[in-house]
Amino acid sequence: MQALFSHRLAVPLVIAALVVALSFALPSSFYLRVAALVWISAIAVIGLNLLMGYAGQVSLGHAGFFGLGAYAVAVLPAQFSLHPLLAALAGALVCGLIAFAVGRPILKLKGHYLAVATLGFGILIAMAISNESWLTGGPDGMPVSRMTLFGWRVRGAETWYWITGGLLVVGAWIAVNLVASPTGRALRALHDSEVAARVAGIDVARYKVRVFVISAVYASVAGSALALVNGFVTPETANFLHSIELVTMVVVGGMGSILGSVAGAAILVVLPQLLTTFHEYEHMLLGLMMMVIMIVLRSGIVPSLAALFQRRRK
Amino acid sequence: MTNLKTCLGGAALLAGAAMFAGTATAAETIKIGASLAVTGPASFLGDPEAKTLELYVDKINKDGGVNGKQLELIVYDDGGNANNARTFATRLVEDDGIVAMVGGSTTGATMAMVPVFEDAGIPFISLAGAVVIIDPVKEFTFKTPHTDRMACEKIFTDMKARGIAKIGMISGTGGFGKSMRDQCLDVVGSYGIEIVADETYGPKDSDMTPQLTNIKSAEGLQAVINPGFGQGPAIVTRNYRQLGIDVPLYQSHGVASKSFIDLAGDAAEGVRLPASALLVAEKLPDSDPQKAVVLGYKTAYEEATGQPVSTFGGHAYDGLMILVEAMKRAGSEDPAAIRDEIEKTSGFMGTAGVVNMSADDHLGLDLSAFRMLEIKDGDWALVE
Repeated sequence: MQALFSHRLAVPLVIAALVVALSFALPSSFYLRVAALVWISAIAVIGLNLLMGYAGQVSLGHAGFFGLGAYAVAVLPAQFSLHPLLAALAGALVCGLIAFAVGRPILKLKGHYLAVATLGFGILIAMAISNESWLTGGPDGMPVSRMTLFGWRVRGAETWYWITGGLLVVGAWIAVNLVASPTGRALRALHDSEVAARVAGIDVARYKVRVFVISAVYASVAGSALALVNGFVTPETANFLHSIELVTMVVVGGMGSILGSVAGAAILVVLPQLLTTFHEYEHMLLGLMMMVIMIVLRSGIVPSLAALFQRRRK
Repeated sequence: MTNLKTCLGGAALLAGAAMFAGTATAAETIKIGASLAVTGPASFLGDPEAKTLELYVDKINKDGGVNGKQLELIVYDDGGNANNARTFATRLVEDDGIVAMVGGSTTGATMAMVPVFEDAGIPFISLAGAVVIIDPVKEFTFKTPHTDRMACEKIFTDMKARGIAKIGMISGTGGFGKSMRDQCLDVVGSYGIEIVADETYGPKDSDMTPQLTNIKSAEGLQAVINPGFGQGPAIVTRNYRQLGIDVPLYQSHGVASKSFIDLAGDAAEGVRLPASALLVAEKLPDSDPQKAVVLGYKTAYEEATGQPVSTFGGHAYDGLMILVEAMKRAGSEDPAAIRDEIEKTSGFMGTAGVVNMSADDHLGLDLSAFRMLEIKDGDWALVE
């Protein structure tokens, strides 16, 4: 049993099982849509978790990459009649390149300074998106044409549920492999102590940039998926509050936990839907629950509960 | 730990129970949905809209409801976020089973929701401004607020009447200013008016003197128009007087509120702007057919909420009333039948003006919807 759970494929398999099981349990396309939103957020959160939880670098501008991915599938097909899939690939490529270019100077900074630099970067992208209205439609947003695959129009909550669920499983699978690879070990080493990592012969700057690029690509893919699901994009996808939301998902779910990323995304997407019945108290309750979770489950939901179970067993 | 679990469990149970309570009353009610920006940066739109809908649904229910059934209003707060609005739209259609939808406070939220209602075949009356919502016409989508294009046309009509042919334009770069600038540029040609200076300012700028100096030095300047929203136009108005520019200044319907006069102070004297009749409800002559409607809404809203009336709440009133009348005419709660009757709305007197919809006009307002106002002695005065 223990061996089964510590196997590398355990996490993606658990997520795949969850996706399949939920598809039977969810009664209407509203629930399927909420689940698809969870999968999409979870993809971005896994990427950010690699950066924050494993490499120990914070980014308050990740919604910028998310927004770029979203606008890539909106703008490129509209302007250059590119296929949405190619547009999403192009978006991911551009995000990776941008992350590579800004990564080196930005990731030299530490702690609060890194936070402020990434924050500024995210705000820059959000501003560019809402100001270049000839290209992006400005603050009112722009429509995304529906994707056709082999002559078949991709639409409907159920289709997107499976597509985004599949993407999430692939994303989680890549992430666990990365974590178990030498790169993953290098990242954890520089998380614990950059000096020690350097002494051990790890090129700290290169690994930091590498994980930054990877996390940017995750965010971009998630952004593209959201834009295609919604059929419409607005600059809010790239704004500061969305960056904060992603960071919150990482922290609530559990830093350095792939399953935690899914849990964090699920809580922040589903809770507001449950709390609508409380009307005016909605935001207060949401804030209160987040506080309670963080106080009681200090290292995030999944790691804290896992530790608890292990203690029980002993 | 166990305490926390019971706490969370309790909260979840409570939420579940509340949801069940919500669905249990179904059967004999007509469900109307709304997703509005009740909180967040666009709450100045969503808050009066939500209050208006709640107020009037209560009133209608007290008077016996519609077609002998009570209305049930389901309002969600999307915070002006298009993604949230889309989720709530799906929820309203799939889970709550609404027969019609009022709202969508912002253009972004509205456009994100349109495909949901078009696919489900449920009539959707938006409360957002931009003309893209109804142009091109979409089968199930309607809207009540006048468009920025109409504001431009109203201003240009007034300019033409005063013999103005050369104007300067200074516009904000926010969503409102940008959209209205484009619309004004689009229609200005057909009024024989030429724009001799075209300047912009950012939403957070605190001094527009340089742009206005450029406009002032333009050859043959006869008037200036300022598409914008928030405090920008107030600063423009103050700078305008400081620079001693003596040609008429036109503001947009975006600043049609008392706070604009307060912010701009004496500088606002003589400024003209197109606005809804709601703003001058008491000043309308008794012979005005719109007077009873706007005064009635204004009194009811201010009595119930203790807050000054806003045109945005008025849009919600219009949307709800158009819907209710359509349901009465249709005599059923079949969404398709309601849609057909909304499209047949004619001669409806709302707070925004007379609404005459048709198959290729899902707004149905004409230029008479706007009143040209001038600020005199710190108050609105009708120009006719």
